[in-house]
Amino acid sequence: MPDKPRLSREQIAQRAARELSDGAYVNLGWGIPNLIADYLPKGITVYFHSENGILGMGRRAKPGEEDYDLVDAMKVPVTLIPGASFFNQADAHLMTRGGHLDVAVLGGFQVSEKGDLANWKIPGSKGIGNIGGAMDISAGAKNLIVCMEHNTKDGAPKIVKQCSYPLTGIECVNTIITDLAVIDVTKNGLVLREAAPGWSPEEVQAKTEAKLQVRGRVPEINLG
Amino acid sequence: MKQKIFSSLDAAVADIPDGARIMFGGFGGAGFPNNLIQALSRKGIKEITAISNNCGTREGELGIMFKNGQVRHVVAAFPGPHSNYFQERYAKGEVTCELVPQGILCERMRAAAAGLLGFYTTVGVGTEVANGKEERVIDGKRCILEKPMHADFALIKAEKADELGNLTYRLAARNFNPIMAMAASTTIVEVDEIVPVGSIEPENVITPAIFVHRIVQAKGLRYAG
Repeated sequence: MPDKPRLSREQIAQRAARELSDGAYVNLGWGIPNLIADYLPKGITVYFHSENGILGMGRRAKPGEEDYDLVDAMKVPVTLIPGASFFNQADAHLMTRGGHLDVAVLGGFQVSEKGDLANWKIPGSKGIGNIGGAMDISAGAKNLIVCMEHNTKDGAPKIVKQCSYPLTGIECVNTIITDLAVIDVTKNGLVLREAAPGWSPEEVQAKTEAKLQVRGRVPEINLG
Repeated sequence: MKQKIFSSLDAAVADIPDGARIMFGGFGGAGFPNNLIQALSRKGIKEITAISNNCGTREGELGIMFKNGQVRHVVAAFPGPHSNYFQERYAKGEVTCELVPQGILCERMRAAAAGLLGFYTTVGVGTEVANGKEERVIDGKRCILEKPMHADFALIKAEKADELGNLTYRLAARNFNPIMAMAASTTIVEVDEIVPVGSIEPENVITPAIFVHRIVQAKGLRYAG
């Protein structure tokens, strides 16, 4: 029997955007997190941080507007919002590591029930892997959200008891947002906060290796 | 006044020996010393240790050095999805690589620049990058010892230099450049424009001249790769 519909990558980003508050300083990683800027709730201003030394990144540059000295961490030409600033890469990571950002959102290959994150290398893949800023960000973020698909393309769970992939950081993730669920990482384990429309907590659990705790009724994911 | 201005890119890199440890500025296509890299490659240098956030974008940026087999070891945070010449050499065992978390790469360079002999950090604890490093607990937090990273030369890109070597940078092309400028014995900067001493307002100087040893104007390749 085919699975029920899951959230799209854009919908995961849309849900994650609702975790950001007005005035927050936020770093967005590669993958799904990079889509979040398109879904900010109306009426709020968020100061996006880029590890190459920008605070206050705006939308992507339109054709003809690109300046290749003004790019985000994915090499995409961007714009600035009023109040933006530039600084060097060391200060950019001082912000990530030193707990100065309010929220960081990273992509993930695996998250463990303790909040360990693996997101820089797939075992058996070619090459040495790419750490980039992910280890600094995961070590220092006040609030680390991971956005990813709930399962691999082969259906294997990505929320696991223990990560089998090379780790990015230990006990660092606060919240996991997937195409099936919003899950909080607590001292006592993983708590299912919301489930995708049409999915029961038991059905989400069946797609998850780690144990999910359920506290009362689990509402549907609200995209706002 | 000490003469720091070189008339050509080739002259600016002429004495960099084979086997040198060299830092290269730049991130995301911005702020790479592409013309100095071309000159270094052109001179046929061999066996260098390269310290750079990434490992080139196809033939661009550091890519040419990997394509030509001029790098023996590289220290990088994010080799990158388009670093195909690095990846080919790495797969064949012709290049070794130390992966370093990006902010820690910066801080190791800053430690070298600041005369510090290392620092403890929670970054990388419990991961592959902690292998072989001293681990301890400070204030209840597991942390590892990271040591300073110095280089013989830093090749960087700035927008403007005055004749003394005070530098300004353009937009996000600043990135690693000011940090590397401080962490090498000899820093060589390529700039869009050289201006008379006094024409950069002191409060606008990002890299003070004390860190800059050679200046060369480069009009050629701005974005490579």
